[in-house]
Amino acid sequence: MSLYYLQKVLYELNRDPGLQDKFRVDKAAVLAGYKLDEEEIEAVKKPDIGLLYILGVNGQILMHYAAMCGYTWPRYIQAMRDALAEHGNVRAGLYVTTDGKGAI
Amino acid sequence: MSLVFAGVCSHGPGITGRSAMADPDDVATLYAAMDGMREALQASRPDALLVIAAEHFANFFMNNMPAYCIGMGEEYEGPIEDPEWLGVPRTLVPGAPDLSRRIIERTLQEVDVAYAQEWKFDHGIMVPLHFLTPRYDLPIIPVNINCQGPPLTPLHRAWTFGQALRKACEAVPERIALVGTGGISHWPATPDSGRINAAWDREFLERWAANDREGLLAYTDEQTYFDAGQGGFEIRTYIAVAGATEGCTAKVHYYRPIPIFAVGCTVGIVNLEAQA
Repeated sequence: MSLYYLQKVLYELNRDPGLQDKFRVDKAAVLAGYKLDEEEIEAVKKPDIGLLYILGVNGQILMHYAAMCGYTWPRYIQAMRDALAEHGNVRAGLYVTTDGKGAI
Repeated sequence: MSLVFAGVCSHGPGITGRSAMADPDDVATLYAAMDGMREALQASRPDALLVIAAEHFANFFMNNMPAYCIGMGEEYEGPIEDPEWLGVPRTLVPGAPDLSRRIIERTLQEVDVAYAQEWKFDHGIMVPLHFLTPRYDLPIIPVNINCQGPPLTPLHRAWTFGQALRKACEAVPERIALVGTGGISHWPATPDSGRINAAWDREFLERWAANDREGLLAYTDEQTYFDAGQGGFEIRTYIAVAGATEGCTAKVHYYRPIPIFAVGCTVGIVNLEAQA
């Protein structure tokens, strides 16, 4: 579990178009620069937005990463709700859900 | 000169990015309120606009997180987000580095503030600018209060920071406008997005409009997290504006909970002539 580095790679991807280009060509090479476990690496590569949420990625970082990956808003919200049903509640961080139902 | 304009507004990315999914009346009324804010801002004839934002990991991360930072760049690029997703084209926004330097130097007399000559804008600044300076022809000085990655600055320090900014504005000859942007209660970017505690928001806005220092500083992060979500921490931007306009009342021109925009959308303008 290395939530700090998981969030850091997403933070750096979100703000750096050059790194995004490298990532699209060779995801493993970019991710090798961060201390991530296998679950985290697979969640970023896939991308498994729902699992990243469960792992505790700050929603502001995750929302931008989902947009970078082409997720529409409804698909982004649904991915997190599906992950809650599959994995249970968020494991760490500030974005632990309340009931996961929102208002929309 | 001094402060010639001060106000607050929402900055949720849905305001521009998800307008097609919203009730047309919500869009029309909110956009009209933002247009009104722009007109009031323009009428004040500012030389530069300070935007007190709660940035969302566009520039600062937990490896080196400043509690407060002021931009000192020649120009700023934004948004970092996919422009199509945000509904705001990517552009360059002019800065005012010399004015920034003088404001930072004066602010440092009161508060230890970081500075940054590079700064990328996210929705927290780009959404307000989309409405307030749509031609991007007014120099912008970005100001950030860390509202995202705890530990966070105490609320009373946000008030003091606002006071320091006011003194800095009074120390320069330029005409300065100040806008704080943030959500009030909201659970942004989570499956709970769209949840809004309107009663909590209205109580907060009453205190903000009355420039009620004691009432504004009475909130605790623990209770805010419970009542107003993670997004509630962004009240620091509103409190800084209140500190910068200490003694002045304000008018909330617009407040409406709009779930698809994930916040109670707000537009408020300080009456710089009115004593609280």
